Formats: sequence, structure tokens, C-alpha cells
Amino acid sequence: MSHALTLSFEVTILVLAIFLGFELISRVPTLLHTPLMSGTNAIHGIVIVGAMLVAGLGHKDTLTTVVGLIAVVLASANVVGGFVVTDRMLEMFKKREPPNAERAAQDGAAADGDASKREAPPTQ
Amino acid sequence: MGQVATNFAYLATIVAFILALKFLSHPSTARRGNWIGAVGMVIAIAVTFAQKSVVSYWEIIVGMAVGGSFGAVAARRVKMTAMPQMVALFNGVGGGAAALIALAEFHNIAPAPGRLHGDISVSIILSALIGSISFAGSLVAFAKLQELIQGRPIVYPGQQIVNGLLLAAIVAAGIAIVAGSEKQWLIWAVILGSLLFGVLFVLPIGGADMPVVISLLNAFTGIAAAATGFELENNVLIVSGMLVGASGTLLTILMGRAMNRSIANVLFGAFGQVAPSAAAAAAGTNGGAVRAATADDVAVMLAYAHKVVFVPGYGMAVAQAQHDVRQLAELLEARGVEVSYAIHPVAGRMPGHMNVLLAEANVPYPQLKEMDDANNEFPRTDVALVIGANDVTNPDARNNQGSPIYGMPILNVDEAQSVVVLKRSMSPGFAGIENPLFVNPKTVMLFGDAKDSIEQLIAGVKAQ
Repeated sequence: MSHALTLSFEVTILVLAIFLGFELISRVPTLLHTPLMSGTNAIHGIVIVGAMLVAGLGHKDTLTTVVGLIAVVLASANVVGGFVVTDRMLEMFKKREPPNAERAAQDGAAADGDASKREAPPTQ
Repeated sequence: MGQVATNFAYLATIVAFILALKFLSHPSTARRGNWIGAVGMVIAIAVTFAQKSVVSYWEIIVGMAVGGSFGAVAARRVKMTAMPQMVALFNGVGGGAAALIALAEFHNIAPAPGRLHGDISVSIILSALIGSISFAGSLVAFAKLQELIQGRPIVYPGQQIVNGLLLAAIVAAGIAIVAGSEKQWLIWAVILGSLLFGVLFVLPIGGADMPVVISLLNAFTGIAAAATGFELENNVLIVSGMLVGASGTLLTILMGRAMNRSIANVLFGAFGQVAPSAAAAAAGTNGGAVRAATADDVAVMLAYAHKVVFVPGYGMAVAQAQHDVRQLAELLEARGVEVSYAIHPVAGRMPGHMNVLLAEANVPYPQLKEMDDANNEFPRTDVALVIGANDVTNPDARNNQGSPIYGMPILNVDEAQSVVVLKRSMSPGFAGIENPLFVNPKTVMLFGDAKDSIEQLIAGVKAQ
């Protein structure tokens, strides 16, 4: 395949990826914007593929070896850190049974008794 | 592994990343989405190991062990309050990797006979330039958020001119490479110049504008990764990088919109320098009187309210008061008070910062209200409890055309029956702007560290 032809395919998927990215991200609620940032952070850790291709070359001089090694270190930190941090964040987002504030408010004085019931372990 | 099989395997990775982002659109599926993304990454790494051109393994394995264990330990140990700087750091290292790949690629292929293809040299330069800016800029953002350097804008005369000239010089070096010069020092010049530019570019941006900067740098790293894909003619890098680039760009736009400021104003406006008179002016705020309350007064207000809305800001993060806030909220709920949390999109130091902190404290996410929903609730709210938030509640954004934040959508806490502001002192908020909310007759101030104040409120409510 000629170089120009390859380039034309690459540009095509690039443009499609831009539109897809906007479409996907516009559906993410503000509630999840931090995990989104951190999750996309992990995804751009895909540079690790590039770093491996450079570091894995057979005959290379010292500069390439050193630079490739550092690139792998940085990209691996990006990948592992990104996914682990995102998982930690998302683990925390929990939905408790709605505390049914209206009912509690109506109960008024009985609210104290109601509280002990709500202390029951959360069902997940 | 043949090239065709490799490409199909990379396609599996791409699909996994798309599903990961799709699943992120709801909290109940988001965690699964993240795992799907991780599986996609493992596939990509495994496939790359099997590539014919990859013959030297020890660099890769040693590098992965070192980088991976650093990433895992840092990600496990970091406190939730330090999350913005951790996100900045992981973002930066990704950009750094992209820049280094560009350096190695140019070093390897430039001495070959014949000229580089134009598109290859353009992508090498773009990933070197954008990746280096992202690396250096993220490290400065990290240092600001970690308070290794001051968070306020660092400005000096002629700053824009210096930055402009530097960028012009970098672009000139890039053009020389594209035009056919294969001198090695040119790529070094691009990288070192871009690193310097990244530092100079983030220094004048204030801490309160960090949500915009972090989103933008996230987009930069994505774009740098996509450019690396063009360099190496690798689809998975192009698509994944660009998905992130689009995501970061969209978030940057949303953050700018939430502050009613153009991205250019955020980046170059050095917003948040305290004018010498601002602090003094804030103390008097149009001559109105500030009413200070005791924790016991406020505890009574809360205990006998029907509806209380918490309005958290960066002050809550600094004081690490989120657990105490949740405890207070549960105490009030047990008394039959309706409780919710009003979250401004730019409260804190990164998009969605408050949501993560409150989720850490086990606040159920349906109680977290976005700005529009929260604003509908304030008119029937008895007490709005503002915890270390300032500018996002400033009524001047609505009423005072002269205010620097005029037009910024805010949380209309002043529509509640009464407002309690928890604040360290009367010093102005990050933007250095006075806040008439503090002298509103509805408002009482509860001075002190947010955590201490909330603990006193808990004791006070228990005593009722």
C-alpha cells in the first residue's frame, strides 16, 4: 500500500475518532467527570505500545536504548496508575436506598426510631 | 504475529476503550467499564510483545516493572483529597512518554538515506511538542496542587511576549525539520523549548482555574499519543489518543462554560491575582455588617430545619472535612431533615472534584445535585450550609456587571431562607473578589477550620 494511501486511511479513522469521542463523552454526567478524566488518562497510556516498539528494537544505539527505557517506565506508570486510581474512585460511588426523607419528615417525632432502622447494613 | 492479526487484535483494544467510555455514562456500570478498558490495554501490550520488530525484551520488562510498580503504589497510597495532583502526574508521564518516542524515532530514522515523509516528520514534531508541553505543564500543575509552589498566578512583565517568542522559535525549529533538515539538535531544541514553554504556560494560571488546565493537558496528552500513532503508523494509538483528545477538549469547553470565561481568558488572563485593595475591600464589603454566629446557634438552625443543602467547595477538600460533613448530614436525616448537596461544576481543583470526595465519604450519589437541580431547590431550602466555597456562590456574578465573574452561572444560595457560611476568615476567595453574600442579612458566618466547625455542629445537633 502506498504511503499516501495509508495516510488517507489514518486520517479517516482519526476524524471518526474525534466525532466518536465527542459523542461518548457528552453522555457522561458531571457526577463522573473526575473518573472520566482519570479513565481517559489511563487510556492515553496506550502510548506504552509506542514505547515498546521503540524499546524493543534489536539493533539500537545507547541513546535509543535509554530513551526507549524511560518511555516504557513513564508509560507503564501512566497505564497502571491510571486504571488503579480510576477503579479506586469508582468503587466509592454507591447508591444507598433513598433515605426517604419525606416519610421521615412526616413521622416527625417518630423519626428517632426510624433512624435505628436505617442503620441496617447497606444492601449492595 | 502477522500484521493483519495484529491489527485485528488492536481493533479489540479499540472496542474495549469505546465500551469503557460508554459504560462511564452511568455510576452503576462505570467500574465495569474501567475494567474493560484495562483488559483492552492488556491485549494491546500482549500483541505488541508478539510483534516481529520487538526482539529486545529486557528494556521493556525492566521498564514496565519499575513504572508499573510506581504507578500502582502511588495510585493505592494517594489520599482522595490529593486526587487532582495524582491525575495531573499520571497525565504528565503519558505526555513525556509520547515526547520520548518522538525523540527516539527521529534519532533512528533521520540518518537513513532519503528524506522523511512529510507527514511522519510533522507527527514527530507534534508529538514531541505537545507531549513535552503536557509533561512540563502537568508537573507544574502537580506542584501547584501539592503546594510545592504557590497556587496563585506567577506573572512578570512581558510574559505573553516571552511565551509567544518561545513558541515561535519552537515552531521554526519544527518547520526546519519538516523542510528536510535532519540535524539532531533541532529535535532536541523542539523538546527542550516545549518543556520550558509548558512550565511558563501553566505558571501564570491560578489554582481555581486548575479544572480547565487539567482537562486541557489531558487533551494534549491524548493528541500527542495520536500523533505518535501517525509516526508509527499504528491505528490503536491514533484512535485511542484521539478519543482522549476529544474528551479532554470537550471537558475543557464545559469547564470554561461553567465559569462563563473563554478558554483564552483562563489560560492567559492570570485570573486570581489579588489586587492590593481587594482584601481590604472584602473586609468591609460595601460597608455591610458581617454577622458571626456560634456553632450552637447554627446547630439549632440545622436541627429544626426541614431542608438543608450543603454547598461544598475547595475549603472542604483542604480541611478534609468530607467525612464529618456526611456524619452531620446523617445526623440531620435521622432527625427527619431532608438533606442534599449542591455541586458546582468548577468547585474544587478538577472537574467533578467534590463528587469524588463526597463519594469517598459514602454519600449516596443520588443526593449530589448538579447546579440546575440545586438551584430549583434553594427557594424551598431552610438552611444552605456553604462549606469552604466562595466564588461559586457570589451573587455579584448575577447582579454586578462590574464584577470580574459577572455572568458566571452560580449556585443561588441566597434564595434559601438562611445561609450559613463556614470560612476560615474574611479573606477573599481565590479569585480575590469580594462576596456580598457574606453581608446579606440572611447570612451568618461561622469562622474557623471547616473540619473543626463541622465537628462542633455535630456535637451541637446531638445535644438538641
